[in-house]
Amino acid sequence: MENFPRAKTAIVGAATHGIGEARGFSAMDIATHASLKALKSAGLKLSDVDAVFICLPNEFLSGLSFAQYLGLHPKITENNRTGGSAFLTHVTWAALALEAGLSDVALIAYGSVQRTTLGRLQSGAGVDPYEGPYKPKMPVTGYALAAARHMHQYGTTPEQLAEVAVSARKWAQLNPDAFDRGELTVDDVLKARRVADPFGVRDCCLVTDGAAAIVMTRADRARDLVRKPAYVLGSTASTFHYNIASMPDLTVSAASESGPRAFAQAKAKPSDIDVLELYDAFTINTILFLEDLGFCPKGEGGRFVQGGRIAPGGSLPVNTNGGGLSCVHPGMYGLFTLVEATEQLMGTAGARQIKNAKLALAHGNGGVLSSQVTAILGTEETI
Amino acid sequence: MTDQQPGSIQPEKDYRQFLDEGRFMILKSRESGRHFFPPRVAEPVSGSTDLEWVPALGTGIVYSTSVMRERPPLQSYNVALIDLEEGPRMMSRVEGVPPEQVRIGMRVRAKIVKDDTQSLLVFVPA
Repeated sequence: MENFPRAKTAIVGAATHGIGEARGFSAMDIATHASLKALKSAGLKLSDVDAVFICLPNEFLSGLSFAQYLGLHPKITENNRTGGSAFLTHVTWAALALEAGLSDVALIAYGSVQRTTLGRLQSGAGVDPYEGPYKPKMPVTGYALAAARHMHQYGTTPEQLAEVAVSARKWAQLNPDAFDRGELTVDDVLKARRVADPFGVRDCCLVTDGAAAIVMTRADRARDLVRKPAYVLGSTASTFHYNIASMPDLTVSAASESGPRAFAQAKAKPSDIDVLELYDAFTINTILFLEDLGFCPKGEGGRFVQGGRIAPGGSLPVNTNGGGLSCVHPGMYGLFTLVEATEQLMGTAGARQIKNAKLALAHGNGGVLSSQVTAILGTEETI
Repeated sequence: MTDQQPGSIQPEKDYRQFLDEGRFMILKSRESGRHFFPPRVAEPVSGSTDLEWVPALGTGIVYSTSVMRERPPLQSYNVALIDLEEGPRMMSRVEGVPPEQVRIGMRVRAKIVKDDTQSLLVFVPA
């Protein structure tokens, strides 16, 4: 029995801001713009917010600075940091707090201007004394080691990894907000500059600026606010390790625990899901998560993504915004999975809209495959 | 330091000191008989603090491997995960062969080298 206040709360507003380059702005500036857009789309005012959740790479006490920036006196101020998955854990706690009546309107936000200020990944992760001396290029090395092991154990090929990147790019081409929309072929991915075997630069997520925000309320209020709320049917996490050397099996992520639990909470199964938003920091992520979340057997992920199955027109739409690989990756991508899942359920995804999408899965990843959080959202019909 | 009282282990300091003395030591739980890495003050899961430093056998198998590709004139280099004979896994690099020739499943043995300012454990093909 997995306890969760299924469909008792909903996302009523979701927005992004400053995807790509937001030169001259701070992370908090663009997080605020995204927040205001999300609130406006839900017909709510900033002063309605009584719980704030945020995670920034460069601010240890970002919950406090965010509350101050907005001029709010929140009842709940949260900046849990499990890496890029943090925002999906925020959904879990927001759902519980709303359901319990501790809060009435929860705002979950994120922003980063790493591209225009640093030109590389901005990370709050420290250097591990037992790994640092070997000069791994974290996080890419961690994921490269996982990909190498998956290839060794299951015969996954560089071409299959490349197909993940190409599928993401094809979705990005349908999304006017996506940062990288140029043509990309499997051959381009294979010939791109090598970074950490088996990865070239096209196996790695973008380095962009960008902000995102979602607003949650209890379900009864959600119905009065918007035409199609995205009800939270389940949201749950698992953590297996922090450093890559402590991951028990590099081919099995903690999504193998968070996924089945989220499905139990949501009273759904993988074949019910209409659209998936998976945290694709690297091409291996999509393959691992499709396996661990039960969309294909362990080891089959590489073959599963072949033939355009997860691309536009394929049988399983995955990362419909273009993902971290082609749409946006400001360092912690998790909240963008929730924004895109919400847009798909609200029917506002434009050219990339999945027809009649009723059930969406958003999956966050933090660290080096360390924290895994799965959320399942649904429309009114799925309650 | 192979017969310590519970609570006296200082994981990182002890580990480095052993390496500086030319010894590769890992922690073993007296209760379970299990070895673990990285060093810490309590055995993972059981929480047992009845621990001892023991000499590692120094042999292992490459669990996974990658080549960090550098732009010339910098040299590309290996980063690998090694499964030690005793069970624990650690990050290291395999030297003595070109980085791209390090293979998963390769048998390796430990070697202590001086890297910049510190003693460092690396592996070479066994």
